[in-house]
Amino acid sequence: MKAVDVVVIGGGLVGTAIAYGLSRCVQRVLVLDEGDQALRASRGNFGLVWVQGKGTGLSPYATWTRTSASLWPTLAEDLFAQTDINVQLRQPGGFHLCFSDAEMAARNASLETLRESLGGDYPYVMLDHAEVKAKLPALGPEVVGASYSPMDGHVNPLKLLRALHTASQLRQVQILTGTRAERIESAAGGFTIHTSSGSYSAARVVLAAGLANRTLAEQIGLNVPVGPNRGQVLVGERVRRLLDYPTTYIRQTDEGTIQIGDSHEDVGFDDGTTTDVLASIAQRGIRSFPMLAQLKLVRVWGALRVLSLDGFPIYQESGLYPGAFVATCHSGVTLAAAHALRLAPWIAGGAPPAGIEHFSSERFRTYQPTSNHAH
Amino acid sequence: MLTDSMKSLFRTLPSSTVPHVTIQFDGAPHSVPAGISVAAALLVSGVQRFRATPTSGAARAPYCMMGVCFECLVEIDGLPNQQSCLANVREGMQIRSQEGARVLCAAAQCGSSAHGA
Repeated sequence: MKAVDVVVIGGGLVGTAIAYGLSRCVQRVLVLDEGDQALRASRGNFGLVWVQGKGTGLSPYATWTRTSASLWPTLAEDLFAQTDINVQLRQPGGFHLCFSDAEMAARNASLETLRESLGGDYPYVMLDHAEVKAKLPALGPEVVGASYSPMDGHVNPLKLLRALHTASQLRQVQILTGTRAERIESAAGGFTIHTSSGSYSAARVVLAAGLANRTLAEQIGLNVPVGPNRGQVLVGERVRRLLDYPTTYIRQTDEGTIQIGDSHEDVGFDDGTTTDVLASIAQRGIRSFPMLAQLKLVRVWGALRVLSLDGFPIYQESGLYPGAFVATCHSGVTLAAAHALRLAPWIAGGAPPAGIEHFSSERFRTYQPTSNHAH
Repeated sequence: MLTDSMKSLFRTLPSSTVPHVTIQFDGAPHSVPAGISVAAALLVSGVQRFRATPTSGAARAPYCMMGVCFECLVEIDGLPNQQSCLANVREGMQIRSQEGARVLCAAAQCGSSAHGA
């Protein structure tokens, strides 16, 4: 049986960011990747590196998110140096468009509350129509204004996934695809992970398996209440540069395509698309930037977010089985830098990142439902 | 100098007796069988460069011929980024190579050709 220092279960953005970070701390890292039949939120996401609006109700999440956004240039440079893959990180700030005065007021109130919870250090401004149009000339007349924060940006998420895989492998991480982790057993000096093709032993194990974390976590004595939440996304043809900034629901990618999202739907494990939802997403896109009415769509898809009960990440080491960790979130792009550069050193045996205790699943013992997962 | 038909990798079947229509590609007239796709018509006319990619400017020609790969984009009668494998030829059709990404225009400017913008 092959023995390694750490087994990472999950080969998506969360798993490979952690594996890449681990490769800087320990010798032998093995990633078990279920393969292309997996649900793969990593291939369906929107590509934002987004801070504004996140953390209402749990301000450490705002801090963690912002930490990651600040670390992102380091991650992007490191990945490029090692792999020659430019993940096209751009952090010019981002806009959240509002269509009424009431929306503007609610947005301002929500960001103001966040700013207060963070002791005032939270840069954003509310801009009126003319001020937004100066930055986004394609803006439509129905847009009343927007919040803008210099903290926000975007990347090419497909290039990111490829860069993380490539960089990990160049650093001697072994990635086994088509290998589904089925059972985790506590063993002397660590864990034995039984998979669809053989067993592996490791001193430490990290669950980064997205929606599969729910059942896997029970085997290491943790409660990880995550479930699927569907987002539908449209992508249009490549057009000449139209948007110099990302917005919450519309962005132009590095190669010129226009990506338009998204929806929040509770439909179980169905990752399909529906015409009515796609139509309403397209209509909001056209209200935002009327020129998009001419845009030819190239593809549409649905993907399943990995949402915990309160929408915030869960990072925790098992109390029952020290050395077993869980890492789960729905912002694998934004948080990739924090996962690689802050979370991985902790999993490798270093000091816990500041504030990580706030992300323990212990919080669900007293959980009262609200909706906090919006941007 | 090679003629168009000599340069082409493709030819129409000899038994073909369908009527022909005349189309223009980048200003040059071509007589092609009626009822075939624009992509097939351009290929049989010896056109090898349909477009330049938006990202690198490299030359491209049709690949899948069934509406999936988006390699065969051209401008047809002023409309940019048309999949030429999915459009049929018509008499007098004006086709231009798709040079890089198209430009979305403000409503007031629409209707005029976007080519060269």
